[in-house]
Amino acid sequence: MALLQTQGLVAHYGDFQALFGVDIALNEAETVAIIGANGAGKTTLMRSIAGVLRNAAQAVTYDGTPIGAHPADEIMAQGVAMVPEGRKLFPSLSVEENLLIGTYGRKVEGHWNLNTVYDLFPILGERRHNPGTALSGGQQQMVAIGRALMSNPRVLLCDEISLGLAPVVIKDIYKAIPQIKAAGASMIVVEQDIAQAMAVADRVYCMMEGRVTLSGTPDTLSRDDIHNAYFGASH
Amino acid sequence: MIWVDTLLQGILLGGLYALFASGLSLVFGIMRLVNLAHGDLIVMAAYLILVLVTLLGLSPFVAVLTAMPVMFGIGWGLQKFLLNRTLEDDILPPLLVTFGLSIALQNALLEGFSADSQRLPTNALTTASVDVGPIALGVMPLLTFASAVLVIVGLNQLFYRTELGRAFRATSDDATTASLMGIKPANIFATATGIALVIVTIAALYLGLRANFDPNIGPARLIYAFEAVIIGGLGSLWGTLLGGIIIGVAQTVGAAINPEWQILAGHVAFLIVLLVRPRGLFPRAND
Repeated sequence: MALLQTQGLVAHYGDFQALFGVDIALNEAETVAIIGANGAGKTTLMRSIAGVLRNAAQAVTYDGTPIGAHPADEIMAQGVAMVPEGRKLFPSLSVEENLLIGTYGRKVEGHWNLNTVYDLFPILGERRHNPGTALSGGQQQMVAIGRALMSNPRVLLCDEISLGLAPVVIKDIYKAIPQIKAAGASMIVVEQDIAQAMAVADRVYCMMEGRVTLSGTPDTLSRDDIHNAYFGASH
Repeated sequence: MIWVDTLLQGILLGGLYALFASGLSLVFGIMRLVNLAHGDLIVMAAYLILVLVTLLGLSPFVAVLTAMPVMFGIGWGLQKFLLNRTLEDDILPPLLVTFGLSIALQNALLEGFSADSQRLPTNALTTASVDVGPIALGVMPLLTFASAVLVIVGLNQLFYRTELGRAFRATSDDATTASLMGIKPANIFATATGIALVIVTIAALYLGLRANFDPNIGPARLIYAFEAVIIGGLGSLWGTLLGGIIIGVAQTVGAAINPEWQILAGHVAFLIVLLVRPRGLFPRAND
């Protein structure tokens, strides 16, 4: 049984329907990439799994339990953490406080703590007392990833962690993914950068206009398959 | 020397206004909620202290300690079950609901306690004074000011040294992302209003010991509190203390020139600050 699964997931923003029955699955110790163009519904899917957008209870199951109707804070407490699109650091908090907020209200046990996060991203240790938002975009992304890791999640949802960053910075951030996997987290990585996604993923889903249009393992999907699924067959 | 005395009395009076305002500033700083019932909640707390003093024969200083957890519970419940429902992007619903709450509270207090003005019982301490050179300073105003400073130091410690304080700041920055961190914004807001009403209770003690109160004086306390918060810069706690002091000094200086000018001078000082620094003296960078 999959660790995390969506079944017939739909999502609306007012009258606008953003997801039309999305089925994806994430197995234990697996990294799944979700690729797709702008507006494909990738972020909406992440927000639905994380509980920011509420759904029917059965639309999302985690570890066999329906969590679709649970609020975000409860889903996080159960072990599903998210690195939101745009990083969303708290401007009033320092780097270290941004990291510590990931453990709010509970004692967490596991590999990740302030020291191991600083080992993963040494620059954060040097700038621990700076306001989080005073850092460069890449460093802010490291804080956002570290903040999610601090809760020692079983499932880590990464939404567009390369967005707006220089290629060299993206490379640095993606270097951390194998270590995060090795520490035991299963991951869903949302990306527009197909090459990065293919390099880290065990399986890939491609989305277009709120639907999954293609899925498979990176080595079985051809360039044309992905192109068609990404942009539609007519392109 | 009279002017030094006037100035000092004004600064100490500012402590009372800062106490009125700190709770309002806390609530606004965290959830951008302007609570128009704030003044009436101060009056309600004063009546609660009066009831405890009258029924249980407690000293007002002991009664206030008993009233604090009660007021915390009232604040928590008020926010959790009523005010949280009004917190959306639109600023109008919380204004309307707290305005309605203000009227309801005034009428409930009128019904329960009549329109007669009341006062908390005073003792030797409340009328004592200390001589600082040629100037006599009342012990009560000194205690009021010291309490205001302690409240603001305490709130700053809470904000910047505790896990709850981090959660307050994070939720104030971005409630949705805070919920992704396992924080329940609704509970954080309820706790903030609970703490605001604990401060309101301290303000009520000094209000009731210094002057008479009746069910209708809440809105005027709200205006002083509001002016102190605006002068200081919305959400800035030390700014709120300075705002209280500016109003207090303006009032005592105004009264020294002409007793009829006391209240007017406070409002004029507020208007001048608003003209010169529309965002207050210490506005938050991200407001």
